[in-house]
Amino acid sequence: MKKAFPILGILTAILLSYALYMALVVAPTEQTMGDVQRIFYYHVPSAWTAFILFTINFVASILYLAMRKPAADIVALVSAEVGVVFCTIVLVTGPIWARPVWGIWWTWDMRLTSTLVLWLIYVSYLMLRRFSASGQTPLLAAALAVLGALCVPFVYFSIWFLRTQHPQPVMGGGGSIDPRMLHVLLINWLAFSCFAFLVCWSRYRLGKLQREVEQAQALESLTQAPRSMR
Amino acid sequence: MPAPTAITRATLLKDLRLEWRSKDAINSMLFFSLLVVVVFSFSFDPSAEESRQIAGGLIWVAFLFAAVVALNQTWARELRNQVLDAYRVSPAPANSLFLAKALGNFIFVSVLEALMTPLFIAFYRLRAIGPAWQLLIVAMLGTWALVVNGTFFAAMSLRTRSREIMLPLLLFPISVPAILAMVQATTAILTGETGARFWIVLLVTYDLVFTTSCLLLFETVLNAE
Repeated sequence: MKKAFPILGILTAILLSYALYMALVVAPTEQTMGDVQRIFYYHVPSAWTAFILFTINFVASILYLAMRKPAADIVALVSAEVGVVFCTIVLVTGPIWARPVWGIWWTWDMRLTSTLVLWLIYVSYLMLRRFSASGQTPLLAAALAVLGALCVPFVYFSIWFLRTQHPQPVMGGGGSIDPRMLHVLLINWLAFSCFAFLVCWSRYRLGKLQREVEQAQALESLTQAPRSMR
Repeated sequence: MPAPTAITRATLLKDLRLEWRSKDAINSMLFFSLLVVVVFSFSFDPSAEESRQIAGGLIWVAFLFAAVVALNQTWARELRNQVLDAYRVSPAPANSLFLAKALGNFIFVSVLEALMTPLFIAFYRLRAIGPAWQLLIVAMLGTWALVVNGTFFAAMSLRTRSREIMLPLLLFPISVPAILAMVQATTAILTGETGARFWIVLLVTYDLVFTTSCLLLFETVLNAE
């Protein structure tokens, strides 16, 4: 397993540079937006990756509540952390794209608002993990993750209704996508997913080590206490 | 062992009696929301037309922040003399305790709302154009949504450092759909432009989903060690 890590790292690096080349050079220039539109190849794959990671967080939290396996808790933590990073990328690249195209940094449109609320929910999850006493963190965090995930459909549904009531002029209209663009998009998504997986993996190893160190320290303090009292 | 409902009733009555004698929560909530009303009145011109548009958001923001005051006190009281630990080792079901606390908070916040609403009406010259009786439904559903999650997260933030700050940080993001629904329903009823049906249905669903999941998860949170 440990040997696979550098191999996957190199593969991801190659894939990322290929995806960068595809996005900047190969992909056709969009007719109305021009080169600005190329941020699309980072914006959308990041969003998909973040949603997948949040789904993994939900599943891992349920598994932890059901089986109480420490590995599930580490997976939940890791996926939430990396998911928040990707969600932040989405929220940062969005305004950068919106400013030249729509002429504004931000609009309270359905997708923007619901992604922001999603980000808030998972940041609060990470804050709970940071502020709770270490022994209780896994259970409390898993409970919050389940409630947070249950909240997501409500967020989407309520904001969808709010925004269809008051339509915004600057909604990015649907329409079809050029097959060449779709191709580049999918390659970028693959590269981003590999990268996310790589980061998650190394973070998982770190989390496991952390836990082992904590356990060793606890054990040491238990075995050494009587000696020092003597 | 007494029935779960008896435990709920006993805990609820104890909390109500404590509150009746001390009036800690209700006084601080009342004063807090009064401050919000006054401060907000400086930020816009409280004429009838404009306030009708804004009042929905304003009222619920005031109640939301005031409710956090009461919610933070929910469990803190039980920490003294290790009451909560005693409860955990007793065979009493955790959900009876949770329901008692949630109902208690519901009563406190409802009393606050009943006392503050006339003030809001007077200060902002409010008069509903839509069906005003629906406001009562929205208020009850919305308050329950805030209180059931708030009681749950208050129990959760009890286990954290700086717990008083932790509660709103956990509660507000998850309550976004409920707050949105309350504010939009209230505005819809006040202005009479659109119906509030969708938001009421959303609130009912939200209440059902979160009451169920809080009840399912509360024992885990209470006994987290």
